[in-house]
Amino acid sequence: MNRRTLLATAALGLGLAFGTTASAEALEKAKACFVYVGPIGDLGWSYQHHQGALAVKEAYGDKVEIQWQESVPEGADAERVLTQMALGGCNIIFTTSFGYMDATNAVAAKFPNVKFEHATGFKREHPNVAIYNARFYEGRAIQGHIAGKMTKSNKIGYIGSFPIPEVVMGINSYYLHAKKVNPDVELSVVWAFTWFDPAKEADAAKALIDQGVDVIAAHTDSTAPLAEAAKAGGKVIGFGQASDMLDYAPSPRVSSIIDNWAPYYVKRVGALLDGTWESTDTWAGIKDGEVEIGQITDAIPAELKAEAEALRDQIAAGSYHPFTGPINKQDGSAWLAEGQTAPDGDLLGMNFFVEGIKADMPK
Amino acid sequence: MGGIDPVLLIAALIVASVPILFAALGELVVERAGVLNLGVEGMMIVGAVTGFITAVETGSPLLGYVGGALGGAMLAAVFGALTLGLLTNQVATGLALTLFGLGFASLMGQGYVGIKPPLTADVPFGPLADIPVLGPIVFGHDPLVYLSLGMVFAVQWFLRASRAGLVLRAVGESHEAAHALGYKVVRIRFLAVLFGGAMAGLGGAYVSLVRVPQWVDGITAGAGWIALAIVVFASWRPNRVLLGAWLFGGISVLQLNLQVAGSVIPVEYLSMAPYLVTILVLVIMSSGRGKAALAAPAALGQTFHATR
Repeated sequence: MNRRTLLATAALGLGLAFGTTASAEALEKAKACFVYVGPIGDLGWSYQHHQGALAVKEAYGDKVEIQWQESVPEGADAERVLTQMALGGCNIIFTTSFGYMDATNAVAAKFPNVKFEHATGFKREHPNVAIYNARFYEGRAIQGHIAGKMTKSNKIGYIGSFPIPEVVMGINSYYLHAKKVNPDVELSVVWAFTWFDPAKEADAAKALIDQGVDVIAAHTDSTAPLAEAAKAGGKVIGFGQASDMLDYAPSPRVSSIIDNWAPYYVKRVGALLDGTWESTDTWAGIKDGEVEIGQITDAIPAELKAEAEALRDQIAAGSYHPFTGPINKQDGSAWLAEGQTAPDGDLLGMNFFVEGIKADMPK
Repeated sequence: MGGIDPVLLIAALIVASVPILFAALGELVVERAGVLNLGVEGMMIVGAVTGFITAVETGSPLLGYVGGALGGAMLAAVFGALTLGLLTNQVATGLALTLFGLGFASLMGQGYVGIKPPLTADVPFGPLADIPVLGPIVFGHDPLVYLSLGMVFAVQWFLRASRAGLVLRAVGESHEAAHALGYKVVRIRFLAVLFGGAMAGLGGAYVSLVRVPQWVDGITAGAGWIALAIVVFASWRPNRVLLGAWLFGGISVLQLNLQVAGSVIPVEYLSMAPYLVTILVLVIMSSGRGKAALAAPAALGQTFHATR
């Protein structure tokens, strides 16, 4: 092969590469890949994402092949897994945890023909990266309302994973709505510094219970906090997180936040198939069915159940925003004025507690 | 720090230290017999899954613990056959055992994710459990807690006062001399390794049946390595193993409790506290006159082959 033909083939290859990216063509068949931070058997976060993946398979049948990898650590390992998937013929890759943010963008730069979808992050550095998230804080508002009314000790607890905006938002929403119905309520926050370590999550729940907390919300991935609450014999209630966790109903699990990713995944893979995929930023909530409130059990008085459901419907209708002023930051400085609702930008970068929460934010 | 109830804290500490106490006691006996088995983590997690499966299938938590001990012992038997029979390197084999155990447990546990095991009831002490202070600390636990404490004294007595214990220690100090006296070095060591495996398995089963209670991959989360550290920390004495287990379990429980109580100490320092204390204690111990190294069994980690 002389130099001229080599250059010609290179030019042809380049042209082909540009051709496919410029006019996104419809695909006959696609391979959709999913990266999970925990095992799909966690019955929480990763389990729900996997349900979405299965829904994609069901919706498109033979046209779509799905592939997934469980328990991928956030960090260098994630980049290796993503590269492998991209080389292995994946057309679209969903990375389903905040900590994959940089890895997703780094790998996306190397594979411009592969679409990447990153959950709960905020970086879109390349045209083939889209981001998506769910407004979990809407569900936390309803849980906070229930917690404020149900607590007898006026002590409620929250097991946090990492101090990132997604979690901090939930804590603030939970506290504000508990405080609204019960001015005496106090919130204890425990950071587990892990998404998934059942023994540690259980120990954290036990520490809360031992100190008089009787309503526990968790933003970690396993059912261990509910299992621990169940040991208290009905004195402590909690909520299903990410998944319905109905095994623990009617008590301690009195309600839940269900992440329903299926509609989004089906829509996005569909867009890939018919060539209309674009880099988007989606943040859907109760209204769009991406955040569902699991059945409120009979362990809750009927009156309170009705209130909680009314709150849910107001949020769904858009007539109520969980972050409506006046709200001050923890240090007393003003955040939202009377009647003002929180802009999305403020929420996505939230790194402060609201006034009244005693715990310090870890640096 | 007003929110922390010291009575409940001590009760929680005792429960949290049970798995590492079991595993460390087993490893102590193994090491006193002159074998270094670094596969504690692997044996624990296999015990956790076999115990869980047995308990779920039979509906009896008691049988679950037996299953956990058997599972741990079976993995230990593999280690024993390799190191004592085929004279492989103990350190390498032990590490391989951990890696194998983690994968094997994950495979066995595939169909058992998200299932609730039968609950282990507390020992019914009746009115004794209602005594203030003493009740929750002493009389409010499940049978395994009492078994773990009983094992501390049993192992102590066995090593110090029984003939079999003296023989076991002789094997660990000088296998050549013990062999010359006519003791079956390999057989004694193999039995010690089996005991160590059973204890680690029991500790693992306690994690999956009582502390969490459910099965998930990687449930022991490094408890086996802590158990190994505790044996050195305890300078190979059972009563100090108890102290070490309580120290470790205590600090991890305390750090979560301090967070709940709204401590001013940053979370990161609390999280690393157990490891800092371990390093500190090891430094103090090995710098004093009674050097930790001197307390180690003289034949620890050496392979034995009867040439005569």
